Amino acid sequence: MTRLSQHADYAASEAQNREFLVFSLGEEEYAIDILKVQEIRGYENVTRIANAPEFIKGVTNLRGIIVPIVDLRIKFHLDKVEYGGQTVVIVVNVADRVVGIVVDGVSDVMTLTPEQIKPAPEFGVTLSSDFLSGLGSLEDRMLVLVDIDKLLTSEEMALVERTSA
Amino acid sequence: MDITDFYDTFFEEAEELLADMERHLLEIDLEEPDAEQLNAIFRAAHSIKGGAGTFGFEVLQKTTHLFENLLDHTRRGELTLRRDIVDTFLETKDMLHDQLDAYRNEEEPDQAAFTRICQTLQQLAREEIGQELEEAGGASGGAVSSAPTEPSEPQHPDEPCADSDAAEAPMGEQVLAVALLNVGEKDRGLLVEELGQLGTVQDQQGDETCYEVKLLTSVSRDDIEAVMCFIVEPEQLHIRPAEDEENIPDTPLHASQQAKSLKPSAASPKASETSGQSATDNSREDGKARTKKAKAGGESSSIRVSVDKVDQIINLVGELIITQSMLDQTVSELDGVKDGGLLNGMSLLQRNARDLQEAVMSVRMVAMDYVFSRYPRLVRDLASKLEKEIELVTEGESTELDKSLTERIIDPLTHLVRNSLDHGIEDPDIREAAGKPRTGRLTLSAQHQGGNILIEVIDDGAGLDRDRLLAKARESGLSVSDTMSDDEVWQLIFAPGFSTAKEVSDVSGRGVGMDVVKRNIQGMGGHVEIMSRKGQGTTTRIVLPLTLAILDGMSIKVGGEVFILPLSTVLESLQPSREDLYAMAGDDVVLKVRDEYLPVVAVHAALDVEGAKTELNETIAVIVQGEGRRYALLVDDLIGQQQVVVKNLETNYRKVPGVSAATILGDGSVALILDIADLHRLSRAKKEAQRPRRASTDYETLFRKEEEPS
Repeated sequence: MTRLSQHADYAASEAQNREFLVFSLGEEEYAIDILKVQEIRGYENVTRIANAPEFIKGVTNLRGIIVPIVDLRIKFHLDKVEYGGQTVVIVVNVADRVVGIVVDGVSDVMTLTPEQIKPAPEFGVTLSSDFLSGLGSLEDRMLVLVDIDKLLTSEEMALVERTSA
Repeated sequence: MDITDFYDTFFEEAEELLADMERHLLEIDLEEPDAEQLNAIFRAAHSIKGGAGTFGFEVLQKTTHLFENLLDHTRRGELTLRRDIVDTFLETKDMLHDQLDAYRNEEEPDQAAFTRICQTLQQLAREEIGQELEEAGGASGGAVSSAPTEPSEPQHPDEPCADSDAAEAPMGEQVLAVALLNVGEKDRGLLVEELGQLGTVQDQQGDETCYEVKLLTSVSRDDIEAVMCFIVEPEQLHIRPAEDEENIPDTPLHASQQAKSLKPSAASPKASETSGQSATDNSREDGKARTKKAKAGGESSSIRVSVDKVDQIINLVGELIITQSMLDQTVSELDGVKDGGLLNGMSLLQRNARDLQEAVMSVRMVAMDYVFSRYPRLVRDLASKLEKEIELVTEGESTELDKSLTERIIDPLTHLVRNSLDHGIEDPDIREAAGKPRTGRLTLSAQHQGGNILIEVIDDGAGLDRDRLLAKARESGLSVSDTMSDDEVWQLIFAPGFSTAKEVSDVSGRGVGMDVVKRNIQGMGGHVEIMSRKGQGTTTRIVLPLTLAILDGMSIKVGGEVFILPLSTVLESLQPSREDLYAMAGDDVVLKVRDEYLPVVAVHAALDVEGAKTELNETIAVIVQGEGRRYALLVDDLIGQQQVVVKNLETNYRKVPGVSAATILGDGSVALILDIADLHRLSRAKKEAQRPRRASTDYETLFRKEEEPS
């Protein structure tokens, strides 16, 4: 009986656990819901788009699909923005769109229990807390959990055209 | 691999056949039933029976057998169709569908329903033709044991397998020679195995072009063919009794040529040389040719496929083309002598890929009839409403256009038709007074011209009134002059809010519309032209690209970046000399080309390209035309012309100013396709923004002052 209920408890908490892909921007660690991630690839062959915001690096060919590439480092005003062999593009699926985001590196996939996810404090001038789903605390590490859906479809990203007409 | 692998094929085919059957049943004219239609219904039932027998779907087989017999009586005129009989047939068809579904879900069909439908059919037979129908063979035997009863079913000359010779010997075993023409080794093994289940294989020999199997069997030729047809084409198969082997090779060459002409893809070029032993005789071949034709007429010759699927195929083929040109680029660096084979293979691949692309693109094409067919009704209704007499003529209905475009052309075209009826064609009395026939004529025509389609709306009405257009334009504050060319005057009607109608009717005349028409057409990558002569009528011509998926492009280089110009917008390109370039009002430049001064737009300035040539006389000027505006586009270099697959930028991103779409180049990188008209707007907007702010506000106040007194 106890074993059974334990098992049920375990399954319930298991269901609430969420997996995140952890990536780095400079020294900071960020994480996004792994289910949004389509694939990870290198940064190459990006065609610039004129008159676009600076953080939109351009578009690239992902097996026949034209995918916009956003550099989150520029968007988050990081000091050092370099492109090298380590520069990685995380291709995410957001709101029926495919978008690539440039990050400095992808470290690992983490499972966070609900207890480990703390609410994000009100702050952020560059990164509004609207775009965060919380902060993940892992022993001595802090992960900024980005709500990639909200971020990429937001007005300020200028990725999605508002259907105003 | 075993026979269950073919279940799905059978289910799909059977489903199609049933759908066909239903369509024919619904369409059939009870007074004078079309023999071809009755045959088609019969054939559908027959084919399903064959398949069901093969796969051991006993209930389905028995039901179709009864049904088929009834249908046979029908088509031979022994059973006269009535509405209630058709109802019964439809019910039977539904029952067959249920049975099919049951088998598909690996269940046994409802036995009670089966018994009921059998009784209904039997009763129908008793009442109408006064005889019991034969039940299909023994319950235990499935496919093979039930087959011997089959030949007793009457044959019809149109029936595909109804050959005149002794093949249909009712009972007992016989030796059949089954010849497989041009069947690959893999399929052949499968077929032989299959034959083994139908009887005893006595002998097998031959090569790929003609492989002959001698089979001792009690199964009729019909059934063997029905089984095989799930794997190979009927043309690849020849079955005959093994005895009359001697009198075969009379005209083998002729026969095989015929086979080729029937189904070119099924026969390899080798066939005509080597199929000397191909077991067939001439008359049978002729019979088949006839049946084939009848089949095409009676049975469905098209399938419905969702547009998504077609688009997916088109995308994939696009990918193939891109991969192919990538390969091409790599291979072109190889030594032509050493790697000749590879290079030949590449050029073959290129040709095949292009053919494939063309074939796939043609799937999306639909005839303009699809569009034109909705106008007779509209014209008739409008004409009676306006009390005008109008005759509608359509030309070029078979001209094909991309499906997505036909759907988008309907609204603008409807608008033009309404306009022509309302404003173009005069009232009958006025027409008579002007010496024209009372009945006005409206012509809708479509034709291909190069990579474009021209759609024209022609009326023989009053034509456009130049003076009234100009007066109206002045009234609405547009800048016009009396010296404007006719063309320019006609373009006025596309201005937003412009209407010359004396009074607003509920048909047209509110002045919303023509600008929308123009925008819609431009949105499709086309343009509108108007030709008009006073008193003689107006022709509105819509020029559209045939498809939006592929574009003939000219690739240009600016700085390190490559862009594509739609070839249809490019008029010419030239190297401008310093003498022909004139500065105007500070930073504007015009280029003189043969006594015409064209505004100059530098791509690098409009699109912020770094590292581009800025010395005007080092660049190349491409004269382009878009939305009736002509200008010179300055680029660094012309790379070449190529067909590109158009990829929407808005799928994953958004509309980019000055850019209509993107494409993927041979090296896998993305290039942007420039939107000529939008680029001009962009360049102007940019210059505007760069001007010192004070100056522009000054201009504004200046203009306001001027306007106020008036």
